[in-house]
Amino acid sequence: MTRFVDLWVYLSGTPLLWLTVTVVAYAVADAISAALKRNPLANPVLLAILMVSCLLLVSKTTFPAYFAGAQFVHFLLGPATVALAVPLHRHLPEVKRAFVPMLAALVLGSAAAICSSVLLAEYFGLGRAAILALAPKSSTAAIAMGIGEKIGANPALVAVLTVMTGITGAIVVTPLMNALRFRNYAARGFAAGLVSHGIGTARAFQVNSLAGTFAGIALGLNGLLTAILVPLLLPLLLK
Amino acid sequence: MLHAVVVLLVCQLAGETLAHAFSLPLPGPVIGMVLLLAALLLRLPLPKETAETSDGLLKHLSMLFVPAGVGVVQQLDLLGEEGGRLLAVIVLSTVIALTVTAVTFATIAKYMGVGEEERKEAAE
Repeated sequence: MTRFVDLWVYLSGTPLLWLTVTVVAYAVADAISAALKRNPLANPVLLAILMVSCLLLVSKTTFPAYFAGAQFVHFLLGPATVALAVPLHRHLPEVKRAFVPMLAALVLGSAAAICSSVLLAEYFGLGRAAILALAPKSSTAAIAMGIGEKIGANPALVAVLTVMTGITGAIVVTPLMNALRFRNYAARGFAAGLVSHGIGTARAFQVNSLAGTFAGIALGLNGLLTAILVPLLLPLLLK
Repeated sequence: MLHAVVVLLVCQLAGETLAHAFSLPLPGPVIGMVLLLAALLLRLPLPKETAETSDGLLKHLSMLFVPAGVGVVQQLDLLGEEGGRLLAVIVLSTVIALTVTAVTFATIAKYMGVGEEERKEAAE
């Protein structure tokens, strides 16, 4: 037993343990999602977060201790955001062709995401901290946290709400679009990427490559637009 | 891969630097993305593997959200108090924004006659 404790003390002090746990949990979650034929409810991000969170609570590990290892995965969000320029450049002909519908959907969708979250949060009587943290929730996590810092929200809470929005969108987008009888996969993908950023984009790529492409474009454009719109719209929306 | 990593990090660093130097409202990585897009459009001699490495990074994009999502363990107090209402706001706002975006896109695309080829392609 003392040996096990010694080993635990050693391993939990290195970043390697929680880095490995994060990657393994995601690999397992992704395999479960594949085995369930990519059913939207078996969202790999949700499954991986649940597995890791349970492990942290059971082992009484604090989040900062976990993050010391997991930060290496988290850090890649920045370079991944830069990397979005590549699919955007590659699909420039399609983007140009669908330029007008995309631009209109981008502006209305982005504004709808920000306004609906702030107004609903006020309607439900949520506190100021939650309202501010909800405003940038449709942009991708790295961008949302940056916006959060600028508007005085807690970046850690912003990150959690952003990830929750991503998972929610990835789960509801397919049944919702089927219910609305939308068969334009460019529009479906664009909506998934705009509202649920990288997690929605990953889901759209599971459905079909065209939807994924437009989701990636929407994710990049909405990251940009949310960063501009939130500081402009927030003073008008807050009571 | 090394040279592609250099390109991505340099773009991000340049983006962060510009954002801070000029107090821009945009986060550094977004400016980095615009810089890389500009470099691609200007046909600057970027390393060949830039596209490959970027695709590889984006293929596992959803994994990169796991550490931030695990941050939920730190917010359990707030979620205990406001969790139900927060979830309600997120679900309703997500459904509203998804519907507004898809309706706008599909309606204008249909009116303009674009997007038909995408639909055929997707059906195949």
